[in-house]
Amino acid sequence: MKHVIYRNLTSNILRLGFILLLTFSTTVLAQEGDPAKGKTLFNTNCAACHKLDKKMTGPALRNVEARLAEDEGLDREWLNKWIRNSSALIKSGDTYANKIWNEYNQTAMNAFPQLSDQDISDILAYTAATPPPPPEDPCIANPNGPNCGGGEPVDTLSNSIILGALALLFGLLAMALVLVNRTLKRFADAKGIAVAESDKGTPIWKAFIQNQFLVLVTSIALLLASGYFVYGYFMQVGVDQGYEPVQPIHYSHRIHAGDNKIDCKYCHSSARVSKTSGIPSLNVCMNCHKSIGEVAAETQLEGQEYGVDYNAEIQKLYKAVGWDETNQKYTGETSPVKWIRIHNLPDFAYFNHSQHVSVAGIECQTCHGPVEEMEIVSQYAPLTMGWCINCHRETNVKIKDNAYYTKIHEQLSKKYGVEQLTAAQMGGLECGKCHY
Amino acid sequence: MKTTLKITVVLVMLFTIVSCNKKTRRNYQYMPNMYQPVGYEPYQESDAFKGDMEAQLPVDGTIPRGYSLYEIEDTTEGYEEAKAGLESPLDSSAVDYARGKELYDIYCGICHGNKGDGQGTLMKREKILGVPSYDTRELTAGSIYHVIYYGLNSMGSYANFMSEEERWQVVAYVEKLKADLEK
Ligand code: HEC
Ligand code: HEC
Ligand code: HEC
Ligand code: HEC
Ligand code: HEC
Ligand code: HEC
Ligand code: HEC
Repeated sequence: MKHVIYRNLTSNILRLGFILLLTFSTTVLAQEGDPAKGKTLFNTNCAACHKLDKKMTGPALRNVEARLAEDEGLDREWLNKWIRNSSALIKSGDTYANKIWNEYNQTAMNAFPQLSDQDISDILAYTAATPPPPPEDPCIANPNGPNCGGGEPVDTLSNSIILGALALLFGLLAMALVLVNRTLKRFADAKGIAVAESDKGTPIWKAFIQNQFLVLVTSIALLLASGYFVYGYFMQVGVDQGYEPVQPIHYSHRIHAGDNKIDCKYCHSSARVSKTSGIPSLNVCMNCHKSIGEVAAETQLEGQEYGVDYNAEIQKLYKAVGWDETNQKYTGETSPVKWIRIHNLPDFAYFNHSQHVSVAGIECQTCHGPVEEMEIVSQYAPLTMGWCINCHRETNVKIKDNAYYTKIHEQLSKKYGVEQLTAAQMGGLECGKCHY
Repeated sequence: MKTTLKITVVLVMLFTIVSCNKKTRRNYQYMPNMYQPVGYEPYQESDAFKGDMEAQLPVDGTIPRGYSLYEIEDTTEGYEEAKAGLESPLDSSAVDYARGKELYDIYCGICHGNKGDGQGTLMKREKILGVPSYDTRELTAGSIYHVIYYGLNSMGSYANFMSEEERWQVVAYVEKLKADLEK
């Protein structure tokens, strides 16, 4: 009996081995990839050139594996070779590799020899995963809900409707009162009842006119008050504090400089080195917006609060710069964006950004306010001469690491007998510095 | 009845004056001819120039003062050429890492991260994808300069943000970041 066991042992081992081989080879063949890991790998390695649903530098990769298998009869083997070293595959004369390479203007795809089989199957699992549904837009389910409605912020709309209704109501009430009064009077006349006339004493305003002292005091007070308002009115002529024009593209500093923390000087690059701060040319926008064709769904929802369609605004940018999104090419048909200038000193005053930003090291926000919170830029400071002078009186000159100032600072601080010089003491009040 | 009419007229007039003072319009000026420039302001519209705007590109074949020509072309071969042959004109005493860092943090940190590890704010928020960490790429001073000058695939050109000398300072700083990452 024992023999039987031994006899069967080899075949059993064989069978076991066969089963093991089968299970392993099936896992190797099926290559269950992990889409979560694949996403990270995709974002670090491939996303510079590929998007899932849109053409970028390279083709869209959603369901590539299935697509290539169906259309071209290419298998995982081919994909592994392509991803690890596409140029070798092209050189080897592979027909499809050469076809797609020529289709993309012979752009070289990076080689990724470091990716293991498992890595590649993770990535492909990520490309094959069904996209998550976009976050619930409350307005699709319930178009009359709060913050919904075509473009116009509903708040103000409903407010004005309510106000209008109220005004109508009051009007009706007033009319009813007048009518009631009239009918009552008619009744009284008909019945012959005399409506009591009011007492014939001196009315209060006549008493007031007769008292000359009161009249004098009141007229002086009135004159002073109106003088105050007239002065105030004349002083604000030519001051544009709070000016907030509607720009041709609804460009939001809140999103760019606030949420995404892009440095002011990234766009207003010449503030570092020149008089003007400058508005970025559109190629600067395209450094990012080549890849950002539409905003994230949450951002789009935020836009409804302000009554703008952010994606449509980006399309305006593409139109102005002549960017063909489907083919990822410039068409060459451009039309300049006519930004409306907000801060503007009169011609007779000279202001230099680099002196304040680079030399004095003043933050943009000191003069322009919390721009990173503004959806639409508005003028924060009055930009009057008093405002400039005030700050020159109060702000110390930054002399650290500035070789130009060492000598003059020593001499001037001796002259004024102070430790720290203000901009005013250095000559920031001389008319010729700002007017010439 | 006459007084009510008068009062309404005054109210309507006041209302129109107040409603004229809108935030989307500029205020009145005392003497506009002293305020509005006669010379050309930056970005001004003017029919004296091509395209009716004051901002113009340099004429073809000219180089602005203080600039020099960068002759390597924006192609894959050009990239290889710069990688192999181009060297920084700054010697070690002219390299100023403090300035390099300042410029790098303004222009590159937003994508590449201030440490160069590819984890800038835009990457973390998944607005822009596929920014590499410097230690995963093979870089030379020449290739970095070439990439700053022309961009590479989805990275744009940064030539117009900085002067030539500033670009080389950034190159030196990127090399330092790469060395730090590889430690
Ligand atoms: C430098 C940019 C770049 C990167 C990074 C890149 N690719 Fe590509 N890829 C391309 C280009 C360009 C093509 C088109 C063929 C060509 O010109 O070489 C392409 C083609 C492909 C194709 C063939 C698609 C088809 O429809 O035939 C696949 C698959 C692919 N890439 C996968 C990947 C994966 C996976 C990664 C990340 C590990 C990646 N690529 C990273 C540029 C890139
Ligand atoms: C992504 C590019 C970008 C960034 C970053 C950016 N801006 Fe702007 N900025 C613009 C554009 C475009 C305009 C013109 C449109 C407008 O006025 O809204 C502008 C306009 C302005 C204006 C008004 C200009 C005028 O006409 O008077 C000020 C002031 C300003 N920006 C300050 C800042 C400050 C301060 C920061 C940093 C917190 C900043 N910007 C960051 C692009 C940018
Ligand atoms: C450094 C990268 C960067 C630059 C440069 C940049 N943007 Fe953006 N932009 C973004 C990001 C990030 C978003 C938000 C995307 C999101 O939330 O999904 C955005 C959103 C937008 C939007 C939609 C939201 C809004 O602000 O109305 C518009 C329009 C826009 N950008 C226009 C511009 C213009 C015009 C310029 C050039 C002056 C520019 N962008 C430059 C990164 C950039
Ligand atoms: C000391 C105050 C001050 C500081 C600091 C300052 N600005 Fe200005 N800014 C002004 C004044 C004043 C004007 C109007 C200039 C004119 O009309 O000539 C202006 C104008 C602008 C303009 C309109 C276009 C132009 O160049 O005239 C932009 C854009 C701007 N500033 C951005 C910035 C940015 C970005 C920073 C930070 C890097 C900054 N400013 C720092 C006072 C300041
Ligand atoms: C936030 C404070 C602040 C405001 C507001 C400000 N300045 Fe200044 N300004 C300074 C400081 C600080 C300096 C000294 C810079 C330096 O170190 O050279 C300076 C220097 C100057 C200089 C050079 C002075 C010199 O001695 O060479 C001029 C010109 C000037 N400012 C003009 C203006 C004008 C015009 C305005 C108003 C539109 C203005 N400034 C608003 C802080 C300010
Ligand atoms: C720090 C810079 C600065 C200095 C110094 C300065 N001014 Fe001014 N001045 C301005 C600015 C800015 C305006 C424009 C104010 C406006 O638009 O409301 C102005 C406007 C004026 C105006 C026109 C009045 C108006 O409000 O339109 C007169 C007159 C004037 N300055 C005279 C002087 C005299 C005289 C001195 C020397 C004692 C002087 N300024 C020194 C910046 C300066
Ligand atoms: C808008 C985001 C963004 C900004 C800002 C940015 N880059 Fe890049 N950078 C990228 C992307 C994306 C890649 C990958 C390109 C590729 O390989 O296809 C890259 C690649 C690189 C590379 C590697 C190139 C190679 O040879 O493989 C270098 C070096 C580099 N960037 C330097 C810089 C410098 C220096 C700056 C600042 C002046 C900068 N980048 C600013 C997005 C950016």
